[in-house]
Amino acid sequence: MITTDFEYYCAQSITEAVDLFKQLSDSGIRPLFYNGGTEIITLMRINSFYTHVNAVIDIKRIPECSVLEMDEHDYLVIGASVPLAEIEENMAFPLLSKNCSRIADHTSREKITLGGNVCGHIKYKEAILPLLLTNSTLVIADEKGLHEVFIQDIFDKEIILEPGSFIVQFKIEKEFLSMPYINKKMTKIDRIGYPLITVSAIQMKKEIRFAFSGLCETPFYSYEIDDILNNEENSIRKRINAAIKQIPEPILDDIEGSASYRKFVLSNTLEEIMMKLNGGGGNEAIS
Amino acid sequence: MKLELKKVYNYHKKEMIKVLLIQQMGCLNLIGKSIPRREGKNKVTGTAKYTADYSTPGQLYAVLVTSPHAHAKIKSIDITKATKCAGVQAVVTGKDYPVLTGSAVEDRPVLAIEKVRYFGEPVAIVVANSEYEAEKACSYVQVEYELLPVLHSVEESFTGKNALIHESFHLYTKPKKLKPIPERNVANHVTVRKGDFHKGKHISDVLVKTNVSLPQSDHAAMETRSVKAEILPTGEVHIESSSQAPFDIQQMVSKHFNIDTNKVIVHTPFVGGAFGGKAAIQLEFIAYIASKSTGGKPIKLTHSRENDMISSPVHIGMDSDVKLGATNDGKLTMLEMTFKFDSGAYVDESSDITTTAALNCTGPYKVDHVWCDAYCVYTNHPYATSFRGYGHGELAFAIERALDKLAEKLQMDPMELRIKNAIKPGDTTPSQAKLTKGNIGNTKACLERIKKLIDWDEGDVVPVSNNVIRAKGISGLWKTSMSPTDASSGAIITLNKDGSMNLNVGVVEIGQGTKTTLIQILATSMQVDESKIHMKMDVNTESSPEHWKTVASTAVYMAGNAVVEAAEDVKRQLKNNASYKLRCKPEDLEVGESRVYLKSDPQKHVNVQSVVRGYKYNNGNTAGNMVIGRGGFVMNQLTNMDLKTGKAFPGPAWTVGAQAVEVEFNTRTFFYTITKAVSVLDAGVIFNPKGARGQVTGAMSMGLSWASREGFYFNQNGNIINNQFRTYKTLRFDEQPEYIVDFVNTEQLDGPYGARGVGEHGIIGMPAALANSLSKAANTSLNHLPLIPEFIWSKKKEETP
Amino acid sequence: MKQLVELFINEEKKQVHVRPTDTLLHTLRNNLGLTGSKPGCENGDCGACTALVDGRPMKTCLVLTVEAAHYKITTIEGLKDSSIQQAFEKKFAFQCGYCTSGFIMNCYALTMQYPNADKYQIKNWLQSNICRCTGYEEIEQAIQSIVISDKAK
Repeated sequence: MITTDFEYYCAQSITEAVDLFKQLSDSGIRPLFYNGGTEIITLMRINSFYTHVNAVIDIKRIPECSVLEMDEHDYLVIGASVPLAEIEENMAFPLLSKNCSRIADHTSREKITLGGNVCGHIKYKEAILPLLLTNSTLVIADEKGLHEVFIQDIFDKEIILEPGSFIVQFKIEKEFLSMPYINKKMTKIDRIGYPLITVSAIQMKKEIRFAFSGLCETPFYSYEIDDILNNEENSIRKRINAAIKQIPEPILDDIEGSASYRKFVLSNTLEEIMMKLNGGGGNEAIS
Repeated sequence: MKLELKKVYNYHKKEMIKVLLIQQMGCLNLIGKSIPRREGKNKVTGTAKYTADYSTPGQLYAVLVTSPHAHAKIKSIDITKATKCAGVQAVVTGKDYPVLTGSAVEDRPVLAIEKVRYFGEPVAIVVANSEYEAEKACSYVQVEYELLPVLHSVEESFTGKNALIHESFHLYTKPKKLKPIPERNVANHVTVRKGDFHKGKHISDVLVKTNVSLPQSDHAAMETRSVKAEILPTGEVHIESSSQAPFDIQQMVSKHFNIDTNKVIVHTPFVGGAFGGKAAIQLEFIAYIASKSTGGKPIKLTHSRENDMISSPVHIGMDSDVKLGATNDGKLTMLEMTFKFDSGAYVDESSDITTTAALNCTGPYKVDHVWCDAYCVYTNHPYATSFRGYGHGELAFAIERALDKLAEKLQMDPMELRIKNAIKPGDTTPSQAKLTKGNIGNTKACLERIKKLIDWDEGDVVPVSNNVIRAKGISGLWKTSMSPTDASSGAIITLNKDGSMNLNVGVVEIGQGTKTTLIQILATSMQVDESKIHMKMDVNTESSPEHWKTVASTAVYMAGNAVVEAAEDVKRQLKNNASYKLRCKPEDLEVGESRVYLKSDPQKHVNVQSVVRGYKYNNGNTAGNMVIGRGGFVMNQLTNMDLKTGKAFPGPAWTVGAQAVEVEFNTRTFFYTITKAVSVLDAGVIFNPKGARGQVTGAMSMGLSWASREGFYFNQNGNIINNQFRTYKTLRFDEQPEYIVDFVNTEQLDGPYGARGVGEHGIIGMPAALANSLSKAANTSLNHLPLIPEFIWSKKKEETP
Repeated sequence: MKQLVELFINEEKKQVHVRPTDTLLHTLRNNLGLTGSKPGCENGDCGACTALVDGRPMKTCLVLTVEAAHYKITTIEGLKDSSIQQAFEKKFAFQCGYCTSGFIMNCYALTMQYPNADKYQIKNWLQSNICRCTGYEEIEQAIQSIVISDKAK
């Protein structure tokens, strides 16, 4: 049971949501944009993290937040309120679909939204990996209206948004949608659960790009690691060992797995991904 | 054998013959019929009600304040602010009701007093008009603690160096006979001395040593514990609880709060899974004092999942050293064993679990020289209580890992080693109980059956593909119940005017399906269709006859016998009433298919419905009496344990079996899939095959879940950090293996129609069989649970320089 | 702080006074007496509280009641002798019955959306629920018995 109280507002339009946020903030209330809400509900119940929130603005009913379609400029547009289960079924961007199909469990994915997952407090934010790999465009709403920005430009350990602004949509260039890919989530033992590591990989024309979750405190995409892993002068083993040394932050060491075990799993996983993609495999999620 | 027991045997043999006759004649026979569960429709429509589904007008809500520390002195508790919170009716702390509870040692306060001994221990309770207000006010209860050194493991506790968890142990009341070593945090030391240990050593050609351990884990029943309490102006205490032991609650509330037993009324509706965890009494005491503090108002207390996992009792942990000896040709000669059970902060059932493991430490194998020391050790972990298998799964893990190691040393087939040493009638148990045809099944037959079913001859390690191998592991198992020597059960049958029956027993429907089996037993006894029997599904101590506790897979045995006796009583009375109409001696009559008829001429009969309230002559005169059947059952022949040697007859019978697990193991990643799990149980006569299979596969699933992924993680402060299903893993859909279940049917001579319970046995050998298969697969000794891939990896890493 | 919300549940309109932070699960059980939805974790992990929201399976402990207005909600009490309920009974797909409503609702939603759900879909959906009594074998048989197999197509 959630013991703190908040006011609930349901915005019907982007401007209504932005205006509401401002009004509430101005009157001293601390609002939060509310999408799938699963994290807010579960963490508030155990008095964790969201304890300061005293108003939520539900953006799920905003039409722009629920689109899932190709636009006229050949971008796949995914509204921030699209549930992961819908993305999983839709398969417009297979890497993202596969990635989403391993977040939480299916019923929970009916509620968890793409925007919610990537903006959440949860350290894994696995759905962000395909978006980082394709340097997707974020459509952000704020007081000034809508503006677009590349995800890599505002991603630093997490997506940095100004207070009062929220992500309306994600846009992915068409050329990425059909590239060979592999998404691999490794867990402690079962299929449902937090990752030991999740690796999303996409085969570009010349190189493979990799993004990681579960390995460190935050998900990441690193040019340096891509360079090392794509350096064909070295053997795959050698490249992987070198890449592991380049991991930007300390490797997680928790009840899902120790840091050294995570390294072992990462190394195996990378090897498998590279063999598969180099061998013309791909278009699949190995799980 | 005492005359009394012989009579029972003969009686049941007669019944068995009757059953065979019924089968041949094609009459009404429900033995071996998978009739659907009686309550099935209510469960698939969401209509079946569990404790928390009920509300009482005016009911208040109670929420616990729990300890954030594993071991600390309570310096002060300030409830002033909490009391002033909106909606709050009462805030209660341990000092308000300084009562110590416990079934073996009265070591546990209802709410912590002076100190807390585990993370999550209930410290105070807030009662308010709504759950929301109660929970909110909890954060205003201010407790000041002074940290004490935390004892993280049985080893640490056993040294007795850093701290004592119960400084005043010597002052506690001890309802059971124990041999404590208080200065080592040991609440009970059980010694089993059978044969001549030195001789055993002397005649052994080989000796293997092994150490195994498993952490505390959780029952994790889907329904969290829930209770309601109310005290009426008459002084009657009404408790409704999600419990396996309503009659024990009645006893204990009466005892600890000094209330006449007849004034304590306990009601138990459907229970949403229990697995031993709901046989303990904890929230009932808390609910009682919560109600008492509000002048007796109805209060409801339902655990959150987190509190259910860490504040209420858990599944015991264990550390065990095994030394097993044999001759060169594989005959077991001696066993030296040490168990250290992690009882956590309080004893509850742990001392008895320790005893059970010690008394049965060999598993179903004949060993002449046994030396076992079992310790029930306090730690700053949550306290443990009974868990499905009651120590047998734990002991099996220890002995069966040692057997595989011994087989390896002897270069002998592990299956042959087990078959060779399988225990049989004529042998004695470690507690020197003499085994007979009547009290033990056929272990060898089970092992031989499992050998075929798992295709043992294929080889225990077989390559499947690149990096993947298939491996098999086996385990024998046995189990007896550690019941009080006078555990009892009863059955009452009343009849409706149309001749249909109402059956009332004290067994709780926790999901095991006993009530449907009891209907089948009664239908068979009375020779009526099962639709003619109404079963009271809930239990109420004010109207249901006492059933000790719905535990230990004994409900079919105990209550089933009571039902058979009650049915005989009904028949006797019906015959008596019918004799007025049929003008004969009651002995000349028989009852069946809702008729009472002359044995010599079955056409001459009276319908049961005309003789349920005596027999009424045409002129209105009535003779005979109203029919009410009663039946009872009391355990007999059980003896208390000798404290020096462990000599005892602990339970009525030993159910035996064998199990096997097949895994596909990736030698590169150490990930594995459990592909097959097999159980062969000597389960006696099976009444409801589908129901029985479900009990066995359910227990196997739970055993595989326990062995492969379950267990609490504690941080450096002794706090549990996986208190949700998100981090506390259980087996999910499609992770189950292919199940193969088979039964060897040695009937339990004194069971109702030869039946015996199978609720727990499927779990017992699963950890051992899984560990044996994975040890083979990974070519290393995997002696610790849970068997997560990381553990296998770390073990392999240790071994490769 | 309580507010009035109109819900459309099991084909009926219901008005309830709730706190905005009340979950749909709480409201179903405490305001509407629909106790077939069970709390098993209140954390979205176990699925015992699953109901349908516009035909999709939803863990009602992860939904605020105020969010649920205007959607069509179906709880276990809204199913009337459906084939999945019959299959659960016939196949012995429950023991204690506590997880049963949630499992049935999830199976129901799956077979409504994919009448011929394949093995992967069944696994993918049903891994959202935990059953602690059965070994899942009977639950699998129950759902398999009502999906239209490829052969039958």
